[in-house]
Amino acid sequence: MPSIQNPPKIREMGNLDIQNLKVSFHTREGIIHAVDGVDLSIKPGEIIGLVGESGSGKSVTCNSILQLLPTPPARIEAGKIDWSGKDLLNQHDKKIRGIRGKEISMIFQDPMSCLNPYLSVLDQVAEPLVIHGMASPKDARKQACEMLVRVGVQRVVEHPHAYPHEFSGGMRQRAMIAMALVTKPSLLLADEPTTALDVTVQAKVLNILKELCTDLGVSVLFVSHDLGLVAELADRVVVMYRGKVVEQNDTRSIFSNPQHSYVKALIACRPTLESTPVRLLTVDDFMNPKSGKDQVLEKLALPSLNLDTQETLLEVQDLVVEFPTEDGPVRAVDGASLVIRRGSTHGLVGESGSGKTTLGRSILHLTKANSGKILYQGNVISLENIQDRTKFRKSMQIIFQDPYASLNPRMTVEQALLEPMKVHGLGKSRKDRIDHVVKLLEEVGLGEKYLNRYPHEFSGGQRQRICVARALTTEPEFIVCDECVSAMDVSVQAQVLNLLRSLQASRNLTYLFISHDLSVVKFMSDEISVMQNGKMVENGLAEDLYRDPKSSYTRKLIDSIPLANRSSNFRL
Amino acid sequence: MSVEKSSSLGRDAWLRLRANRMAMISLFILIGITILSFIGPSISPYAYDQQNLDRVFEGPGKDHIFGTDNLGRDLFARTTYGGRISLAVGLLATLVSLVIGVSYGMFSGYTGGRVDAWMMRAVDVLYALPFTIFVILLMVMFGRNFLLLFLAIGAVEWLTMARITRAQTMNLKRSEFVEAARALGYSHGRILFRHLLPNLIGPIIIYATLTVPAVMLLEAVLSFLGLGVQAPMSSWGSLIKEGAEKMDAAPWLLFFPGMFFCLSLFALNFLGDGLRDALDPKSSKD
Amino acid sequence: MKKFVLSRVVQAVPTLWVIATLTFFMTRYAPGGPFDTEKAIPQEIKVKLESHFGLDRPLFDQYLLYLKNLLRGDLGPSFKYPGWEVSELIATAFPVSLTLGVLSLGIALLIGIPAGIIAALRKNTWLDYLPMSLSMAGICLPTFVLGPLLIYIFSTQLGLFPPLGWYGPADWVLPSFTLGLFYAAYVARLTRAGMLETLQQDYVRTARAKGASPWRVVTRHALRGGLLPVVTYLGPAFAGLISGSFIIESIFFIPGLGKFFVTAAFNRDYTMVLGTVLFYAALIILLNLLVDLLQAWLDPKARQAQ
Repeated sequence: MPSIQNPPKIREMGNLDIQNLKVSFHTREGIIHAVDGVDLSIKPGEIIGLVGESGSGKSVTCNSILQLLPTPPARIEAGKIDWSGKDLLNQHDKKIRGIRGKEISMIFQDPMSCLNPYLSVLDQVAEPLVIHGMASPKDARKQACEMLVRVGVQRVVEHPHAYPHEFSGGMRQRAMIAMALVTKPSLLLADEPTTALDVTVQAKVLNILKELCTDLGVSVLFVSHDLGLVAELADRVVVMYRGKVVEQNDTRSIFSNPQHSYVKALIACRPTLESTPVRLLTVDDFMNPKSGKDQVLEKLALPSLNLDTQETLLEVQDLVVEFPTEDGPVRAVDGASLVIRRGSTHGLVGESGSGKTTLGRSILHLTKANSGKILYQGNVISLENIQDRTKFRKSMQIIFQDPYASLNPRMTVEQALLEPMKVHGLGKSRKDRIDHVVKLLEEVGLGEKYLNRYPHEFSGGQRQRICVARALTTEPEFIVCDECVSAMDVSVQAQVLNLLRSLQASRNLTYLFISHDLSVVKFMSDEISVMQNGKMVENGLAEDLYRDPKSSYTRKLIDSIPLANRSSNFRL
Repeated sequence: MSVEKSSSLGRDAWLRLRANRMAMISLFILIGITILSFIGPSISPYAYDQQNLDRVFEGPGKDHIFGTDNLGRDLFARTTYGGRISLAVGLLATLVSLVIGVSYGMFSGYTGGRVDAWMMRAVDVLYALPFTIFVILLMVMFGRNFLLLFLAIGAVEWLTMARITRAQTMNLKRSEFVEAARALGYSHGRILFRHLLPNLIGPIIIYATLTVPAVMLLEAVLSFLGLGVQAPMSSWGSLIKEGAEKMDAAPWLLFFPGMFFCLSLFALNFLGDGLRDALDPKSSKD
Repeated sequence: MKKFVLSRVVQAVPTLWVIATLTFFMTRYAPGGPFDTEKAIPQEIKVKLESHFGLDRPLFDQYLLYLKNLLRGDLGPSFKYPGWEVSELIATAFPVSLTLGVLSLGIALLIGIPAGIIAALRKNTWLDYLPMSLSMAGICLPTFVLGPLLIYIFSTQLGLFPPLGWYGPADWVLPSFTLGLFYAAYVARLTRAGMLETLQQDYVRTARAKGASPWRVVTRHALRGGLLPVVTYLGPAFAGLISGSFIIESIFFIPGLGKFFVTAAFNRDYTMVLGTVLFYAALIILLNLLVDLLQAWLDPKARQAQ
């Protein structure tokens, strides 16, 4: 592989300088200023982390560089993107095409949709070389194959005609990396490249990315919502908020001495493995410190739970759930057992395909179990008899990952919250019920004025609050939280987690908290179970499990978490 | 109680539709044609079957604004009367297909499993039938019965409706708000009618708007083959057939019914497209 | 792959049986019979004819006999064309319908696909509005309006093509265009929708990020996905072209299968009706199979599913 193993070198070319970039989106609802005067520069060989929450304009900035934004609705209003002396915004289409994939490459978020399903992976990886006339088709395939092997996609050697759907998500993202780097560009733009991957896979892919870029001397713009992840590889971090850069500094300084209150908030509101605060700080605490009561100091009176003396509320014994597929049944849950005590939170962690969600659903009898027992307060639940079923449904509820999908889009908040009470015959009169709904809305931090609104008129965090309120309408004892904060920005996540904790304290709720994110589970839970391939790998008290994991898989899960997300006092 | 003003999905969709100029023009054309078809025969001084052999093949003029045919019948009266029948066939047959298709599709999709597999296999088998041929066969064999026409056309069109409804039901069934409804202990009936059906209305309306012109076309084909309504009654299809035969001598006989017919189809298709854009859930989600 | 084809063929058998049964009893329960014509045939001749064709036997026996013959591939004799077997009649008339169908489909694809692609690429410009308005007109203009119109313009007025008959290639032009334009309009709309959908896909953005030219993005990356809806539509379209051709056949006086079928239905030519319906059904099943195979060839994921 003579062409690939050149000694690392810093290129002459490859100074990217963005000045006063302004991008807006013109939609039916109005004009959105997505990027509002961004300055950013990348020097050769440098790795820059561009961090921000959704809507901060980080991806738009990244996509503007190669002009991959759909125009319309996007419009570049002002600014200059200087690439080695050329202003990319004023180049002829053909010139830009000559730069794309050759001098500047790009990797996108979702490896599932970013590879063409109709072409073989090898051909797609080889394509940039062919397009830019850097190799003959045959030679290009050879180089592509070498690059794919280098990023760990060995499969192409034996199966050169394999299509994307035959690869896992992690392998596809490796192939994307190979495709981006096969031409040995000077700059790599990586837009949330590991967000769709499991933590253990993310750690591997990130390592490969970092190694390869250092070897090849490629500078990187790494866009991510995850500050801790960026700290793993970036030399310098740029934080964006509402279309503007609020702070940029070298990684060490950002963490040790953040200046802007938003950046301070971002660092503080992440739950980390080591710390066990009663309550997470929120962006509001930093941005509007004087609003209302002094929330930073507010303490929740969580009774310290002695798990041994708590009675068992729910017990799962040897549960097996199978799904029929064309190649025979697949065991999603394969003999799992767990015990949940009243008033506690039981965390359930696992990667995608571990069966954690299926387990949660079968506890609620939303999915039928093939064998095993589920005991609630010591009794097997039977759904045969309507009275038992109603009672069971009343005492157990679930909150899902996507709050938009879990609300009927054609029902107002009032209708959605009144319905369960009507079905279960709660409340004496309509007025009674409405009063109760208003009380619930206030309890989750919303008010009466939202009653007649439809789900699409709320933000993601507000919708999840509505879902929480709906789950509470039947006054349940036990709630399954199924990845209920996974799709949220960290600042919103902190608010929802705080809400769940305070509700638990005031209502003596018991949670089964399911998530792929060990840090979040650790923050929420008294006990944790770890699942892998349908089986329980480990059960234990949250603190013990983190300090001294018994299984190698749990160890691996912990090790895959970026260092900055393990401890809140992270220093480089 | 201070309650802020709110917008439902339906209202949003209506606002989007109103912004679509072609769709709104189509809507007005349709309303116009419908009104004309229903009051036309009454405001016309001539009955649709009133012959006047002294005034045959008269071009459009003061007495007969659309002209007359080979038996001296007033074309305006006949065209508007035909409009009643064509529109009625279009709407009623669509309604038949809607009722059958939606209930079949919802039941199949919601039940799932083996029942669903068998029900859909049945639809596949029916799809393989050369249906136009069957309708023709039915009309030829059992005579030109108006009721039969509705049933036959409705029976052809329900298949696609059932497939669309089933696919949507399957999607919605897996969605989290239906799961939440189950977790809240709602009955199947409540889930089907309070939660699934309202969310199916979008695709159903869209497809129904596109079914009406398809049905009208099929009715016209049957009329063209002499299998539609019986003379002296008229439908746009039968008028077009007569017009096409006498195109050289009296082009207006083809022009007026043809214009009404094509204009209606045009408007219905544009309206269907507009509705699709307006009701598309993708565009209303943030 | 072989297994897939085989299973589809096996599935076709019950389908055809259902169709045969339905049609058999429908035709028999319909009023009238093959030998009730306006001119009264002497009673004894009618009885003789009926016994000759086995119509005097119990209905269920006739049904069983028909199925038995069908298994041997025998569609029986025509009642109305003495001395002709139904299969012979189909063999004579079908090639005409097939020619018309293939030509029309060719026209539909050759006009529809490019028009749809251009419209998608130049969305919201006149290159989009013009072909799409024309295609909307094409969908709304029924063949029995378009047919006479084309005859009037190109035959009566311009004298370019013969108005009627089916003797040589010059006769093929007007009927194939009349039929083809309707489907071209549909294909154009499907292609446009499919291309618009595909052009929004992430992998198309990936291709652009590689530096691919617009031409390469379209031909190599977007076209396959964009044409899949058209391919799916090909089955019903071709079936519609072939079975829907009787309007065209009656406008242009073409001796195709559609015309034979309608005549047979009017004449209560039981065996001919049954034979044609079964033939059409088998044809549609075959076409759907071909479309599925084509789809699998285009889409690696579908290939695996088979």
